[in-house]
Amino acid sequence: MARITMREAISQALWEEMERDPKVFIMGEEVGVWGGTYAVTRGFYDHFGPDRVRDTPISEAAIVGAAIGAALVGLRPVAEIMTINFAFVAMDHIVNEAAKFHYMFGGQMVVPLVIRTVSGGGRQLGATHSQTPDAIFAHFPGLKVVAPGTPADAKGLLKAAIRCDDPVFFIEHATLYQLRGEVPEGDFTIPIGQSKVQREGRDVTIVTYSKMLDTSLKAAEELTREGIEVEVVDLRTLRPLDMKPVLESVKKTNRAVIVEEGWKSYGVGAEVAARIYEEAFDFLDAPVKRVAQVEVPLPYNRTLEQMALPQVKDVVQAVREVL
Amino acid sequence: MAEIVTMPKLGFDMAEGTLVRWLKAEGEPVTKGEILAEIETDKATVEVESTHSGVVHRLLVEAGTVVPVGTPIAIIGAPGEKLEESLPSEKAAEAVEKKVPAPEPPQTAEMEPTLPQPETVGALTGERVKASPLARRIAREHQLDLRQIQGTGPGGRIVRRDVEAVLAAQPEAVPSPVSALPGEAAPSKPPEVSWLPVGQVSEDQRLPVDRLRGIIARRMVESKQQVPHFYITREYDMRALMDLRKALNAELPEDQKLSVNDFIIKAVALALRQFPALNAALVGNEIVRYGHVNIGVAVALENGLMTVVCRDADLKPLRLISQEMKEMSARARLGKVRPEDIEGSTFSISNLGMFGVEHFIAIINPPEAGILAIGAVREVPVVQNGVLGIGTRMKATLSADHRVTDGAEAARFMQLLAEFLEHPLRLVL
Repeated sequence: MARITMREAISQALWEEMERDPKVFIMGEEVGVWGGTYAVTRGFYDHFGPDRVRDTPISEAAIVGAAIGAALVGLRPVAEIMTINFAFVAMDHIVNEAAKFHYMFGGQMVVPLVIRTVSGGGRQLGATHSQTPDAIFAHFPGLKVVAPGTPADAKGLLKAAIRCDDPVFFIEHATLYQLRGEVPEGDFTIPIGQSKVQREGRDVTIVTYSKMLDTSLKAAEELTREGIEVEVVDLRTLRPLDMKPVLESVKKTNRAVIVEEGWKSYGVGAEVAARIYEEAFDFLDAPVKRVAQVEVPLPYNRTLEQMALPQVKDVVQAVREVL
Repeated sequence: MAEIVTMPKLGFDMAEGTLVRWLKAEGEPVTKGEILAEIETDKATVEVESTHSGVVHRLLVEAGTVVPVGTPIAIIGAPGEKLEESLPSEKAAEAVEKKVPAPEPPQTAEMEPTLPQPETVGALTGERVKASPLARRIAREHQLDLRQIQGTGPGGRIVRRDVEAVLAAQPEAVPSPVSALPGEAAPSKPPEVSWLPVGQVSEDQRLPVDRLRGIIARRMVESKQQVPHFYITREYDMRALMDLRKALNAELPEDQKLSVNDFIIKAVALALRQFPALNAALVGNEIVRYGHVNIGVAVALENGLMTVVCRDADLKPLRLISQEMKEMSARARLGKVRPEDIEGSTFSISNLGMFGVEHFIAIINPPEAGILAIGAVREVPVVQNGVLGIGTRMKATLSADHRVTDGAEAARFMQLLAEFLEHPLRLVL
């Protein structure tokens, strides 16, 4: 297995799928000549040409709207929204069209669309460019929402997303592109809608995803020195949410901490906690605890920004509190 | 420097103990490890060793007093040491005097039941106990009263480790709510008639509820309120068994004679092994059919009763059953039972036959699924093939938990029991 970065893993997935299926094409702001804001599509334009790697005007509504149209007529578009914060201007297309056409028209059509976008703070991009509003998109039935935390998962899940006939909202994290990890060689996919135990432990279950997986694994490493063995369950997909590994883990450890980068109110942690209470109440030995972003628009100032985002020490502290 | 001996904590859930008896008097020398007093807890009478060597300066509580755990009970010092010189001890002594009220006028004192306090308080106020869902579930499965468990979680919440600590310290064995006497072979001597003076009305008596009584009371209420009992009575032909017992006992020395009850324990155990539906318990959402057949046998005590447990009775020869029952009953009557004597029964027997009781109904000892009430073996007129003759019969009544079993099933068990009681050679094979 090769140890590659998240950027390389995503890039490979796109490249391989475009080689495999001529219907797959990319469109978005600066994806072509420039090679992508996060350099994911560098070299694609030269290799696949302007028809399959399309630079678009600065209009997210136009990008998503056109991509939906292409999907409806049989292509498999991968639309890139530069940051998740800009997806708000395409919200009507995402939730009222992409998520609903298959349902509203009696299954006559499918929308094999992937929207790749970038979520998360920590890069001093200010309050409007640093949000983690993943839960908003996971709210809508009809949309699949994927948010990987490792290079291998990113590659396998993106390839699965491109081959999926439903619209998939694929969330990458702004600070994970340099993260390295083992990625299997060759062509492989990872099924959408499967959570995964990324680290085994007996004392506390941490449920997390995306960037916070890395943070949680670091916290788990630190807690090992205190003799605390944390099990880390990575959701990987927010919708459909696979609670089975979470519940199995909680039934084993009897304690749960949910770590998410977004705000706590109405968030992923709220959903996961509620399901734990609904389905594993009698196994809990302590209230479920949530670690999340401080509920303010994220500050630009580096110190303040880091204070507002969940850190390893916050996770360590939360685990200690439920023990 | 004087040293203080405090009421020891002898079990995880022990909040207080009754100081039964002092074995050292004030002024007597004592060495570390010597027995200082006897203490009665929920479960047994335990001897308390002196934690220090010296002379017993003062005994701070009178025999018969209920003392909270950790309260100073005695002061031990160097010979000739004046108590006044040892300030901390003196302070402790004062503290005790404040804590342990001087004997009050008899009427008041007698009206206060000495049931375990937390339970009484909880029961009266209906106060919500703080416990984690997991702790609640484990307590529920083991029929533990959360109000009696000390929480060590945040804000005093009872968490899993607290319940598990209690389980480790005190498994399910608590005196059973059944009524009976040990399986003695000989009929019990009837009480003598006393000729009281004529024309005098006796005074009302008010007795404190002691620990054992309190536990029996709680468990009986629990069982009768929560377990849907049903009852099945059947008569057994005991002639062959009585003959066999006579023949076997002719071989055995006086102190090893087998009682009727020993045979019944064996018969019930063998029947249960073949019929696990009644060797069972409802635990949470599951019915547990136990692999071991451990027969609890109610033993009457002076102030209540206890169930001693004959483990794996289906696997033991009659002589071993008999010997164990004799030893455990003796320990129970002396209040010196060992935890293993009273733990882990899977089915109970209560025998009142020796009192000449023809037939009675017992209350199930939760979480067991059944209890068998044994009456006297009697000579009765029987009609066989149209001819009136004399038979040797015994009645037994099964009380069964209807959540676990049903009438027909229970009746089949009683039928199977006949196969052992009425063919007693099967009990010695």
